[in-house]
Amino acid sequence: MDFAAVVVMEICYAIAVLVLISTGLAVIFGMMRVINLAHGEFLTLGGYAAIMSNQAGLNIYLSILVAAPLAAAIFGFLVERLIVRFLYGRLINTMLATWGLSLAMIGGFSMIFGNTTTGITTPISGFAVGKYQISGYNLFVIAIAALVIGGVYLILKISRAGLVARGAMQNPEMAQAFGYNTSRVYMFTFVAGSALAGLAGGVMAPLVGINPAAGAAYIAKAFITVISGGTAVISGTLASAGLFGFVSQTFTFLATPVVGEIALLFAAVVLLRLLPTGITGRFLKDKV
Amino acid sequence: MSVNRRKVLKGAAATTAVLAMPSIIRAEETIKLGSILDTSGIFDLYGKPMDKAVDMAIDEINSAGGVAGRQVEKVAYDTQSDMALYTQYGQRLARQDKVDVVHGGILSASREAIRPTLRKNKVLYFYNVQYEGGVCDRNIFCTGITPAQQAEVLVPAAMEKWGKKVYVLAADYNYGQITAKWIQHYAKQAGGEVVQVDFFPLDVADFGSTIAKIQDAAPDMIMSVLVGGAHLSFYRQWAAAGMNTKIPMASTTMGAGNEQVVLTKEEGDGIMLAYSFSKQLETPANQGFLERWKTRYGATDDVHELAVATYQGVHLWAEGARKAGSVERDDVIAALEGGAAFDGPTGRISIDPKTHHATFDVHLVEVKDQKMAVQKTFVQRPPVDTQTVCNLEENPNDTTQYEIDI
Repeated sequence: MDFAAVVVMEICYAIAVLVLISTGLAVIFGMMRVINLAHGEFLTLGGYAAIMSNQAGLNIYLSILVAAPLAAAIFGFLVERLIVRFLYGRLINTMLATWGLSLAMIGGFSMIFGNTTTGITTPISGFAVGKYQISGYNLFVIAIAALVIGGVYLILKISRAGLVARGAMQNPEMAQAFGYNTSRVYMFTFVAGSALAGLAGGVMAPLVGINPAAGAAYIAKAFITVISGGTAVISGTLASAGLFGFVSQTFTFLATPVVGEIALLFAAVVLLRLLPTGITGRFLKDKV
Repeated sequence: MSVNRRKVLKGAAATTAVLAMPSIIRAEETIKLGSILDTSGIFDLYGKPMDKAVDMAIDEINSAGGVAGRQVEKVAYDTQSDMALYTQYGQRLARQDKVDVVHGGILSASREAIRPTLRKNKVLYFYNVQYEGGVCDRNIFCTGITPAQQAEVLVPAAMEKWGKKVYVLAADYNYGQITAKWIQHYAKQAGGEVVQVDFFPLDVADFGSTIAKIQDAAPDMIMSVLVGGAHLSFYRQWAAAGMNTKIPMASTTMGAGNEQVVLTKEEGDGIMLAYSFSKQLETPANQGFLERWKTRYGATDDVHELAVATYQGVHLWAEGARKAGSVERDDVIAALEGGAAFDGPTGRISIDPKTHHATFDVHLVEVKDQKMAVQKTFVQRPPVDTQTVCNLEENPNDTTQYEIDI
């Protein structure tokens, strides 16, 4: 019974991690059709921001929840203004540009922080479920993921800014005719996506430790989640993260982490073969 | 090529300078020591301090009068963490630079890339790195620590302290698999059992389910053979779950790249290790070595097991050459097989003639406040793993790397 609770908890945690690392990418890709290949490095940037500000004496929760997304947002703003905004609508070009950016960022991190792994201690101690000990920080990760996905949903669905953003993405000319500055809207969306990536990096930093190439470990999973989810930012990310998190953890428990990873990739291949436009390309079509 | 006045003058000046030098330091008179290490790229954490160690050892040898009255000169190549470059630079060292000895190689793959070339060209080769053991080749000396040398002292000591049920976590490549076998071997010998062995690819960074599985198995202790930056997450997640105070851990790999400094005090404290080197080894030789390193490079933060093994490897070669009175390959091999030894930071190091691996002191250490506190010293441990498969006295033409079957 206790073991079942632990397994459920680990599955929720795996789903939460997928949601966290892919929401930023989903916002940028799902809404703007820009593939940000530097997404992993945005995560790394958030991680470094959290670690550095914590080492400089900032409260750990402020480091993770404020410093990390803020640093990534500022950097995302610069990237959007200096690079990405010239390339909207040119999918291949944005991929090339952001790939170059990711290489440059890895190089930059190595120069600034050195080619080593740095980390901080998790702020929450473990607790017992029956005879099992569970990481309290895992619960924190799950809570943050829930808040993030709920927050993005509310903003897109209820707020005026969300409505304008969705309108500008669907029909830029019409939005412009109504007097909205679409270039502005794109900018804010990109910055928001970057901030979410930074937040994910900050939240993951105490668990995995950050090195200059740490983003590479997440980029593939984030992309698989987003592509399999399809165009709907919230329901797509939730559906695919739920599916893949469940599959990978179940197989990890039954066999080993290797089998878990294989199962995840296999599930993705089968899913994209059957639903080439992603889960929300077929189901939940008119959802956010 | 155009010849102008400036070039002629430059050339003439250089020639005069060379002629004016005392004969002892003229290029053709010096002994060439080839060094081939990854001093950039993803393995530079290991390679850079090793390169510093080579420089320091050479300078010490030279200021003590060199070898056989000749000074030693370093010919170094940076292989940039790229295995293909090892083949290329290995060829260059042997054929073009015609060096007298080569020290270097970090990963086993890099060693295997240059070992055949150096043997064919009759260039003596020193591989000074902790590795999985089993290389049997008269042209090479492996001076690093091998799995059995660690497991032999670590497993019984940890089991005596903590209990008989062992859970092994290992990196999924040959080093991890071979070391896991040795751990099982010594656990059985000490009357205990290994309840489970889990292997992890080098990029796995999420150990949540593993931690739950370990608790399900309820072992008395964990043996970690995890390797690299991603696996470092295990120690963090283990501590985050509060398990570090519940189930104790020993490791053959943690600390080789100074991981105890990367992890916080709470995450690292209490982990038991076995190495030939520890900064906290309070012998005059070790403290003197660290003092010299500090004077030369400013700080000793980057000194690790591999750097010290490299430092001792270069000195050991010099001792062999001094004893032989020459740097000819066969003379040096004979001298080292005949018992030439070096008293270095970790204690005395000498060569086991049957395997061309090293015999040295192994220290049982415990991580405390991000330091490796020495608990006990096991003097002069021979390379027992390679000894089970390799006998160069009987088969001098052997070149195999054996997979040791226990």
